[in-house]
Amino acid sequence: MNSLRYSYFPGCSLERNAEAYQKSALSIAAPLGLEFQEIDDWNCCGATEYISLHMTASYALIARNLAQAAKGNDTHDLVAPCSACYLNLSKCDKYLRTDADLAEKVNTALAAGGLHYKPGSIRVRHLLDVIMDDVGCPRLQTQVTRPLSGLRVAPYYGCLISRPGLRSEEHNPEYPTALDDLLMCLGAQVVDFPLKTHCCGGHMTQISEGTGFELIRRLVKGAADYQADVIVTVCPMCQLNLDAFQGAMNRYFKTAYHVPVLYFTQMMGLAFGQDAEMLGIGAELVDARPALAKIGVDLPPVAVEGVPKRKRDDKSLPMPKMPKHELGKETVVAREVKS
Amino acid sequence: MADTVTSVPESFTFLDEVQARTPGESRLLMCIQCGTCGGSCPSGADMQHTPRHIFAMIRADMREEVLSSNTPWYCVSCYYCTVRCPQDVHITDIMYTLKRMAVESRLYDNPAAPDFSKVFINWVENYGRAFELGLMSQHMLRHNPLGVFKMADMGIGMVTKGRMAFTPKRIRGIAGLKQIIAKAKELEVVYE
Amino acid sequence: MNDKARVGVYVCHCGSNIAGTVDVADVAKWAGAHLPNVVVARDNKFMCSSLGQELIEKDIKELGLTRVVVAACSPHLHEATFRGACQRAGLNPYLFDMVSIREQVSWVTTDRAVANEKAKALISGGVHRVIHNEPLDPILVNINPNVMVVGGGIAGIQAALEIADSGSHVYLVEREPSLGGHMAQFDKTFPTLDCSACILTPKMFTAGNHKNITLLTYSEIEHVDGFIGNFTVKIRQRARKINTELCTGCGLCEEKCPKKVVDDVFEAGLGYRKAVYRPFPQAVPKYPVIDVENCTYFQRGTCKACQKFCPTGAIDFAQEDQFITVDVGNVILATGFDLFDCRRIPQYGYGRLANVFTSLEFERLSNAAGPTGGKVVLRDGVSVPQSVAIIHCAGSRDRNYNKYCSAICCMQSLKFAHLVKERTGARVYNFYIDIRTPAKAYDEFYQHIIEEGIVFVRGKVAEVTDATRLAGEDGKLIVQVEDTLVGKQRRIPVDMVVLSAGLEPRHDAKETAKKFGISCSMDGWFIERHPKLDPVATMTDGIFIAGACQGPKDIPASVAQGAAAAARVQGLISQRQITLEPVRARVDQDKCSGCRICNTMCPFNAISFLEDRQVTEINPALCQGCGTCVSACPAGAITGTHFSNEQIMAQIEGVLMLDLRQMEAVPA
Repeated sequence: MNSLRYSYFPGCSLERNAEAYQKSALSIAAPLGLEFQEIDDWNCCGATEYISLHMTASYALIARNLAQAAKGNDTHDLVAPCSACYLNLSKCDKYLRTDADLAEKVNTALAAGGLHYKPGSIRVRHLLDVIMDDVGCPRLQTQVTRPLSGLRVAPYYGCLISRPGLRSEEHNPEYPTALDDLLMCLGAQVVDFPLKTHCCGGHMTQISEGTGFELIRRLVKGAADYQADVIVTVCPMCQLNLDAFQGAMNRYFKTAYHVPVLYFTQMMGLAFGQDAEMLGIGAELVDARPALAKIGVDLPPVAVEGVPKRKRDDKSLPMPKMPKHELGKETVVAREVKS
Repeated sequence: MADTVTSVPESFTFLDEVQARTPGESRLLMCIQCGTCGGSCPSGADMQHTPRHIFAMIRADMREEVLSSNTPWYCVSCYYCTVRCPQDVHITDIMYTLKRMAVESRLYDNPAAPDFSKVFINWVENYGRAFELGLMSQHMLRHNPLGVFKMADMGIGMVTKGRMAFTPKRIRGIAGLKQIIAKAKELEVVYE
Repeated sequence: MNDKARVGVYVCHCGSNIAGTVDVADVAKWAGAHLPNVVVARDNKFMCSSLGQELIEKDIKELGLTRVVVAACSPHLHEATFRGACQRAGLNPYLFDMVSIREQVSWVTTDRAVANEKAKALISGGVHRVIHNEPLDPILVNINPNVMVVGGGIAGIQAALEIADSGSHVYLVEREPSLGGHMAQFDKTFPTLDCSACILTPKMFTAGNHKNITLLTYSEIEHVDGFIGNFTVKIRQRARKINTELCTGCGLCEEKCPKKVVDDVFEAGLGYRKAVYRPFPQAVPKYPVIDVENCTYFQRGTCKACQKFCPTGAIDFAQEDQFITVDVGNVILATGFDLFDCRRIPQYGYGRLANVFTSLEFERLSNAAGPTGGKVVLRDGVSVPQSVAIIHCAGSRDRNYNKYCSAICCMQSLKFAHLVKERTGARVYNFYIDIRTPAKAYDEFYQHIIEEGIVFVRGKVAEVTDATRLAGEDGKLIVQVEDTLVGKQRRIPVDMVVLSAGLEPRHDAKETAKKFGISCSMDGWFIERHPKLDPVATMTDGIFIAGACQGPKDIPASVAQGAAAAARVQGLISQRQITLEPVRARVDQDKCSGCRICNTMCPFNAISFLEDRQVTEINPALCQGCGTCVSACPAGAITGTHFSNEQIMAQIEGVLMLDLRQMEAVPA
């Protein structure tokens, strides 16, 4: 099997506080034939902080990583597991491509450090998209030895992978289904979580406790209302907020939620039959083990696809037809572009 | 800390200035005040002015009120407003511009958010990487000292789970990075 | 080169429009002195005035002019005027050339020196060219008095009735099994709150029974050939599987049919129909139709209940589609609109959240002949909502979906508010950006609705969700919006949401346009000849458009356009013959090698290939003289009448003033 090679940008979080994401990402990469080559001497992308105080400098900060990735690497796909890094890197490339003035300034700045970046030479991808678009469901399923049946999962995308639409026309910014599809591929029972692209609040816990905790509460409550056993996330900031701050949020609102939050790569690893510790499970502050014990336990049968036979006195009105769901293919609801 | 910015051309309105300082085409001019942004904002209920209201104030040249509002600091960069705006106004980018202008003019009201960013940036500019422990401790001691006690549980949890780094990491090319950043700040010239 | 030509040049001041930039008197004098064959050169304040025209006429008669050039505004505006003047003086109108020194010179520069030189160059071009003009006669074409109307909605019905009443024969083609269009689906119409079916069905019956109307329902246009006055249209009459000679419309087949399916068309997916069905009780014609894809007999070979029970033996499973060909002189397209698909806005929850409805679904809900007998209830079919949100502009005025305003949704939303209030007494919220009530009695209707206590919130709704956040939200749909007049974000719990969805062109509008040789705009609507002054004609002579297919509009406007199109057609019919511009392309068949390169290039379908002689032929009536084929022909076998190679080359040489440069040093 040919391996697929990518430049890899872990981002500051994956070094320590989201090490579980790093470990599990590398762990599932191997059996899927994905090779991640960490960019040499990468720097922080600036998150949402740098751009709040500087404009040109923040793009130069990000562009240094793109320049490092472009030089001396034979691949021009760069994969970022963290949504914020993903957004910063892809947005920087896009703005440099479309704003010639900015590109000139940024390259002048890069030159002061002996670097240069040609806009458009790196294609930035999120790890989720690499898994779903480049590997795909059928290949994933060949690696699944322990399907996650019995587990109700709430797929949580967060905002920066969903918006502002840099992924392509095919990913719906309001209602993406790539992660839903992935989890279904792994055999889990995916909950139709309505808040799946709502924001976790980023750094708001540090700016205004009430606001920050409220944003976290909405998501945890939402998942709990839909009886999810686990929230599955694609971003270390979201994981930190929903997991590490869950206790503080509970204290603030005097609630008692206990919904563990895991990375999608950890779920993949579990389904592949890999060792939990190797996947960083146990690093979460809200213990995931009780939920994970449900894997393999029989769940009551789920309603079958298709229209059930109507009873004679059933007065209910039919629901609108929604597009058919194909496993492993992100369904975009009727977004035909008029030719 | 501040970037080099030439003076504002006489003919520029506050609206012109905000547009010019936002990369690409912000389309702020095209706002029809529909309120989709204010309605979509996850933190909108806690803002002093909704994004839409801020844009109306910008058009009304209410510079002080806009730059002292807590609105841009409550923006969580979720981009709901940007993708839903029927007029394709790049709202999130404009919020970043307002943050920068608020700091530059020192009109911001609550220093908590700008200070957080400043501390974060300080670590990045000197090490090339973020340093959470440094950021949290500096920020909390200054803006939320009681928070140190309230968040003790979480802090301990993070440490015992091995999720807390105690020392910052420095990149090899930090000197180069510093030069890049210095040069970029020099180039922050907005008007011809 | 016609040395005997006697050219008159007239340069217009156009008030100060031209004279303000171009030194008109000087230019005229120069033309008289330097250009070949110019016998007289005058300047005048307003050439298009009767005095100006009389000047030309007088000179033609007294000075024996054989060619005329007028340098003034654009030919678009006054070519016809000056051609008319020539004709009145006895000179063939095609021996006239118009040079634009306003739109092409005085309106595009303020530099007087440059303007003067360009004006001189253009006039020189005109003079050199006009010398090569030949006298031409317009093409005469007969008008077949029969008319085709495509689309049996209110606009099409109106047009058909007016033409039929005037004595001409109409073929009314409709794709659905019955006439009526979208108007038949509505409950009440604004601003009068007339029952839609009550005002529509009389017209439907009249159209269905009119001696001058041939009704072709359940039919599609297959192919269109021909040109104004002489169209040949091939129509596919789809097999109803019902013998209409025997069917009495008793409806027993429908009653006995055991197969129920969701009615996606008439009931907007909210109700059911049988596999053999009439779309609605007042259908015209009254004959049902068998839906072959859902019929048990056609899918599995069993059942045949309809045939068993039919008292007249009208069921004919073997019936095939019929093809008929008709000849008509003019066509009116009144094909209507499709509704915006609200599934494209996931944050409004349509399709996922049960109690979110579209506007058409609501019409069916509120209609007494609808799936709930006119009761406004939730999707469980039983519960009455206590609070309803009506959301304006769903999919309209939005760069993410359709940029345009759909014109009818504000009035429709107000109407819905009234109906909900009347039927349920619920608390009703209308969420809007603007309230658009421009037409007669519309704003008064708005006042009426305000009086009913409807709650108006100015804010485009951001989300409709079932994810609860605050107390009092459980079990409700939450409408999250910024109340812009108050400046605060609000979450308003309601039981039911109605989306006023925008209007879109029919999904196959482009194919229809292509069949008839007309064009669609960027948004997909049929393009009118002029948006202000000619809304029902198209750029293709003989094809007219009426109703929503031209752009979103309400019923009064659709009826007005149907009547306008009918009047235009009646005018053409009463002329019996019309003239067409002789500016056409012509194939010299001796030179044509049969390469057929030009065949696919014609935007007006005017070119055909004669198989027996292996040469190309151009239909002069369809040809619009665009010149595409002329330039494409590698053998130079096609000439453009009134735009021959000699004429064009002469004009170019004239503009470059090549011959004049040898005469004197003319500044560049």
